[in-house]
Amino acid sequence: MCLAIPGKIVSITSTSEDQIFRNGKVSFGGIVKEINLSMVPEATIGDYVLVHVGVAISHIDEEEAHKTFEYLHQMGETNELNT
Amino acid sequence: MKYLSEYRDPELVQEYLKEIHRITTKSWTLMEICGGQTHSLVKNGILDMLPDKITMVHGPGCPVCVTSVSVIDEAVWLAQQPNVIFTSFGDMLRVPGSKKSLLEAKAEGADVRILYSPIEALQIAKENPGKEVVFFAVGFETTAPANALSVVQADKMGIKNYSILASHVLVPPAMEAILSDEENKIDGFLAAGHVCTIMGIDEYYPIAKKYKTPIVITGFEPVDLLQGILMTVQQLEKGEYKVENQYARTVFEEGNRLAKETIHEVFAVNDRIWRGIGSIPQSGYEVNERYKDYNARVKFNIDIALAEENKDCISGDIMKGLKKPFQCPNFGKKCKPEHPLGAPMVSSEGACAAYYHYSSTNIEIPA
Repeated sequence: MCLAIPGKIVSITSTSEDQIFRNGKVSFGGIVKEINLSMVPEATIGDYVLVHVGVAISHIDEEEAHKTFEYLHQMGETNELNT
Repeated sequence: MKYLSEYRDPELVQEYLKEIHRITTKSWTLMEICGGQTHSLVKNGILDMLPDKITMVHGPGCPVCVTSVSVIDEAVWLAQQPNVIFTSFGDMLRVPGSKKSLLEAKAEGADVRILYSPIEALQIAKENPGKEVVFFAVGFETTAPANALSVVQADKMGIKNYSILASHVLVPPAMEAILSDEENKIDGFLAAGHVCTIMGIDEYYPIAKKYKTPIVITGFEPVDLLQGILMTVQQLEKGEYKVENQYARTVFEEGNRLAKETIHEVFAVNDRIWRGIGSIPQSGYEVNERYKDYNARVKFNIDIALAEENKDCISGDIMKGLKKPFQCPNFGKKCKPEHPLGAPMVSSEGACAAYYHYSSTNIEIPA
């Protein structure tokens, strides 16, 4: 359950000045979800983040993100994104 | 696929395995804490590739598995209240309570909805102002920031019809409980990577020192797990007991500061009953006084008697590493994923379900 899935920030969608509402669209190999980015304040469009239950918990590098996503996808571990 | 081949690189896997076989001279018992690691070890067949001298035992790191039967009863009770929309991660629905599961409550008409994120529950609360929306806030330290964030956001947005049923559990106190058990045979730990992504590493130094037990913070992929096992065995063979970080690409010494601040904003540490293990002091999070209006236990004045756990389930012994799933007389017979007697058979991260689905050792070793 502590699975975290890497994705790429494709846009910032916040409508509030308050940092805790900092949101963005994140693409997980094509599946795009609205994700809270308040805990990775330095991450911006084009960056990769590790996401757990709708909240980005870590800013990671691109190569790392690809490796991990491919592995999880291959293992059928990315299905929760379809919930 | 370019990257996948690198991660599942048979040569790298072979290299680590060869080194583990080469350096192992004594029998060692290692526990991986996290259910995600258990799932990966079993699914990738790693257990069968390790030296016979190395025994992996599967720790209590699956929130689904350790949530007590009484908390499930609370969830079912809440879901059955008129006017309540009860929301949860999907894994929790089939966990048996003392009388029924959330799934059975749903079948009887309760409004139980599966969500990907607690933040989605806020949207449901906004769209249904005449209803009370409750989110089942389970999980380890990894999940606590998201659950806490939903409460902070609700408070700032003035959403009054939202609350959470918190059943958070913490890794370090559980490790201490396992290590202090007289029957404990654990020589070293693989600590849970994403828990440490949030919390950092410093909680583990005193544990390694006090119990003279190496702790290696480890990731989830086969190569991560093998490297973590190698690092632990290297320490054991040299008589060392340090904290090491195999998962340094995501885990930093101080963790994620903002995530920790969000946790501490909303939660207070409390005693928590773990399914099959019992009460562990200071091993969970409950909503603190400041945010008590968002605590479902306070809001609904829940008063449910503590329930006994199913005596046919040996999940406590499984999660403390004292028994393997196939040593349970009910494993694969009375207890299957379709009708679990206990939680480790429910979640794919539970040791019993992982063995049931993926392991070849289910039938080879007599009970």
